[in-house]
Amino acid sequence: MPRDTLTGSRIRERRVMAGLKQSELAKRADISPSYLNLIEHNRRRIGGKLLVDIAHALGVEPASLTEGAETTLLTTLREAATDTEMTEAEFARVEEFAGRFPGWAALLANSQRRIETLQRSVEALTDRLTHDPHLAASLHEMLSTVTAIRSAASILAEPGDIEPEWQRRFNRNIYEDSARLADTSRSLAQYLEEADTEASETNAPQDEVDAVFQRVGFHLPALEMPGASVDAVLEDLGQGLSQSARWLLHRILSRYAEDAKRLPLSDCADVVAAQGSDPLALAQRFGCDAARAMRRLAQLPDDLLPEPVGLAICDGSGVTTFRKPLPEFPLPRLGAGCALWPLYRALARPMMLYSELLEQSARAAARHRTIAIAQPTGPARLGEDVLFESHMLIVPEPKRDTAEPIRQVGLTCRICPHPSCDARREPSIMLTPEQRKF
Amino acid sequence: MSKQVLLIEDEPNIIEAISFILSRDGWTVKTHSNGADAVDIVRERQPDVVILDVMLPGKSGYDILRELREDPDNANLPILMLTARGQTKDREIAERAGCDAFMTKPFSNADVLETVRSLAAK
Repeated sequence: MPRDTLTGSRIRERRVMAGLKQSELAKRADISPSYLNLIEHNRRRIGGKLLVDIAHALGVEPASLTEGAETTLLTTLREAATDTEMTEAEFARVEEFAGRFPGWAALLANSQRRIETLQRSVEALTDRLTHDPHLAASLHEMLSTVTAIRSAASILAEPGDIEPEWQRRFNRNIYEDSARLADTSRSLAQYLEEADTEASETNAPQDEVDAVFQRVGFHLPALEMPGASVDAVLEDLGQGLSQSARWLLHRILSRYAEDAKRLPLSDCADVVAAQGSDPLALAQRFGCDAARAMRRLAQLPDDLLPEPVGLAICDGSGVTTFRKPLPEFPLPRLGAGCALWPLYRALARPMMLYSELLEQSARAAARHRTIAIAQPTGPARLGEDVLFESHMLIVPEPKRDTAEPIRQVGLTCRICPHPSCDARREPSIMLTPEQRKF
Repeated sequence: MSKQVLLIEDEPNIIEAISFILSRDGWTVKTHSNGADAVDIVRERQPDVVILDVMLPGKSGYDILRELREDPDNANLPILMLTARGQTKDREIAERAGCDAFMTKPFSNADVLETVRSLAAK
């Protein structure tokens, strides 16, 4: 497990927030101020009774001192180190780095994001060059015309007699072809210019939609009213988005509106107040399917729930189509997550409800209850296969002794520390070369 | 009797230029501009060399090439493919389909002439 070296920083933060002096807190925790100072500067590891004492003195949960909200930051930093020559020892110090230089760490993480975005832009542009039918047709037309001109011109330019009639013919051909070439190149230039304005929005559409929800949150009051207009909300939220992102957003908003209509906010609040973040309770109360109930829980305002919940939806190919990550349960921004997640396992057993406790092992392992189901995306039709999509609701779960098995999962293989895992599809940068052996 | 080249290409001015240089070199040049019945035309004309464009109306040059190669009479007919794309992928497809030579547009007259001569000499 990676060494957690940020506990000290969190203690310091909480102490300052509480308006306590170092010496005061040291006295309450029954240690010397200089020792506390070392702890606060992450120079001494801390755990066990002392941690509990300090937490008690600060009036906070011990877990809140060991589990920070930096999971996403650390994940991104680890990704940045992928495919670099960084040594194991240096790599293991990522938390220390994030703790001691938060500003620089954030900067590095942002740069990493930016690089990923740019990489995607390049891929999108390459795709366009290779697969754009208009571009291919234009190029073909230009090359054909150039070939004709070149052949005719070289016949005229080469030494040797050419009958006047042929001369006139080739001259005329060159003239005609050059006019054609001018037309084609003009229309191509125009096309590229238009494509250029589109290319400025080469973020993955999914990323653009994610950014919208990051900005406005996952609860949309404008869609909660009876007779709410999806188009109006799309108009508002979709400003500045690419066509593809607007298309995605429209799909999500339409679904939201339907969910909100079927499961009105005030009734949901009653169910949640009585039974907590339980999608099955919600489904039973409203006679709806479990997936809709999961989406609805993820749409509710945070203050209505005991704790904010996360949600991931993926299609039959395993590609995430909607993501609401939690601070301690990040979801990968690109591609698929850990194959052990019930989200994916549910696809193999449609309509079977999975409920499982997970710990994402990449960090101080916060615990979450996940509930997942794969359901048909539409009604059954005679003699036709149905398509399935999978929903996984993620609910934070307090750590307490339980007889229920807890599954250790990862985020993505590259940054997963499990030494032996049947679901691994990529070597991990978190393992020593010996552990990585196959 | 001079040897015969069949040029299957749909761009009229390319047809004219190639016909001119090959005729001047002593070849009998026949031309055809449609992909759909190109295979029949080859069987009918029995040329010594075929110059075959990839992008043809009706049927692609690759498909024509494959059909010709499946026909025992034309399995060894010298064929020069012309393409406007010139990516490695195109060359691979053409070679796997069994062409003898491959040229990307824009080519030079001299190269076409030289290639046709060498194919006929095989």
